[in-house]
Amino acid sequence: MVTDHKQIGEALLQVNNVSLSFGAVQALSDVSFEVREHEILAIIGPNGAGKSSMLNVINGFYTANEGSIVYKGISRAKMEPADVARNGVSRTFQNIALFRGMTTLDNIMTGRNTKMHRNFIWQAIYIGPARNEELEHRRKAEEIIDFLEIQAIRKTPVGRLPYGLQKRVELGRALAAEPELLLLDEPMAGMNTEEKEDMCRFILDVNEEFGTTIALIEHDMGVVMDISDRVVVLDYGRKIADGSPDEVRGNQSVIDAYLGVSRE
Amino acid sequence: MIYRETGQYKATYGADQQLFPIVQDRYFFFAFMAFLVIYPVFFGSDYLFQVVLYPVLGLGLCALGLNILTGYCGQISLGTGGFMAIGAYSFFKITTIFPDLNILIIFIFAGLISALFGILIGLPSLRIKGFYLAVTTLAAQFFVEWCINRSDWLSNYSPSHTIGAPPRELFGFLVMGPEAPGSAKYLVMLFIVAVMTLFARNLVRGRIGRSWMAIRDMDIAAELIGIRPLFTKLSAFAIGSFYIGVGGAMHVMFNLENVDPEAFEIFSTSFPILFMIMIGGLGSILGAYMGAAFIVLLPVLLRNAFPFLGIDIASHVIQHIEFMLFGGLIVFFLIVEPAGLARLWQILKEKLRQWPFPY
Repeated sequence: MVTDHKQIGEALLQVNNVSLSFGAVQALSDVSFEVREHEILAIIGPNGAGKSSMLNVINGFYTANEGSIVYKGISRAKMEPADVARNGVSRTFQNIALFRGMTTLDNIMTGRNTKMHRNFIWQAIYIGPARNEELEHRRKAEEIIDFLEIQAIRKTPVGRLPYGLQKRVELGRALAAEPELLLLDEPMAGMNTEEKEDMCRFILDVNEEFGTTIALIEHDMGVVMDISDRVVVLDYGRKIADGSPDEVRGNQSVIDAYLGVSRE
Repeated sequence: MIYRETGQYKATYGADQQLFPIVQDRYFFFAFMAFLVIYPVFFGSDYLFQVVLYPVLGLGLCALGLNILTGYCGQISLGTGGFMAIGAYSFFKITTIFPDLNILIIFIFAGLISALFGILIGLPSLRIKGFYLAVTTLAAQFFVEWCINRSDWLSNYSPSHTIGAPPRELFGFLVMGPEAPGSAKYLVMLFIVAVMTLFARNLVRGRIGRSWMAIRDMDIAAELIGIRPLFTKLSAFAIGSFYIGVGGAMHVMFNLENVDPEAFEIFSTSFPILFMIMIGGLGSILGAYMGAAFIVLLPVLLRNAFPFLGIDIASHVIQHIEFMLFGGLIVFFLIVEPAGLARLWQILKEKLRQWPFPY
């Protein structure tokens, strides 16, 4: 177990009674849970359960109709996605959302953009402060490239990379921002066993080495049960279970949600 | 065989990030720049200057501005002619009000006025995307044309709203106006274009350039990693319009010398410049100049080709053939290489790296 030598702390993020609807469709109703510091939390549930909507609310991309998000003790009802990102939340996407025209290195450097401050006049001149800043961040970007073992594709436009590597680069771009909370939306979707093992290893390493708190959505139950410290289960926009993997595995309503239940 | 990077190791990130990481590229570039300075100054004829060099430099800079906006930041604009007109008329007004002000400073101010207007026109871009945005940028085109035609003050009360290039000196040399020597005008243009191109290159490889490309490639993801869409889009509008404004001012003051508002019509400015970046390559600095050279030189070559081959055709027939060939070539290029001439150049260089042993 990975939990042996890691200290799970207080709640980093609290989701309080969040409801979200699109017209008549109720995507989330009265969902509450918390993400604790340094843990790996998995959010699972059948298709259409509202998992991605939940991440989008946390990101500020959707605004909840009711309820609030408390992040690092500060409550917010509405926040611009860019500001959420600047406060240390980064994420990856279910369908890869890399900047296809740019190289791997540029994608990862873009992840560090919010940490760079030289204005455009310095950047136009380049020599001097802007160059120093660029090189300093290049060094950080290279650390992530080393960590994810993607040195060989540093200068390749990401559009040309195979799917598994693109997922890895996307993780790199999210890590480049040095997040405190990392949201992963189906990081292992569509991967073969070997790629899944690699990805699991990276997720665990990120969690252990950088102490990053991770909330992930995943459909592969084997992976979920193996790597997560806690599991939240959503079904039809409601939270039906919350607990350690073993508790969730034995929960009757979870089994019903996944296998269906006869109403007799 | 000559074009090899074998043995050129980069030991620092600084060395890896330089503009020309391959030594041969660097030598070629400096040789080409030296040629651009020396050859026209000593052997340049008026024909060479007026038909080839001035338009390629002036319109090339405008194309670079549009490429920053459209190629790098993904915001389509059809208002290029309007921004060129703002640059040209601003330059004219400022230089007639302050005749002794250094023209380089006036070019900067002309660009800044154009940039301010660009920010204004860019405001809808936060809500509107793609073709719809292109239509809103038409406002710049038509509003500016209307303004110039209505305001006598802008053209110093000239009856047909015409402006001309006044004689101006730079560091004691006459570089502007009908009396100025061709090579002097050329060198000033080349200097401005070279400096601004270097700045553009630095911008697109730095933080701002990456933000632009992120917005272009995947705006939602860009927002979720902390890039502010409004600021990023408006900065592209501002900087792109700055380049177009300066380019327009140079094109008018050094090349056309006398223009009326019709010169900035959409079919004679906005569209050709859009074609330049499409043919040259969207999102490429070299591509802007390649596209400008292509669009400017192709008619010149076609016009000279028939007499050169000894085929005697009436000039109006040549003109029609020119249009047909021109259209055909544009279609051909867009089908063969949608990424433009800059991409062809890149492929050529990649092939050359391995030549003659491609394995």
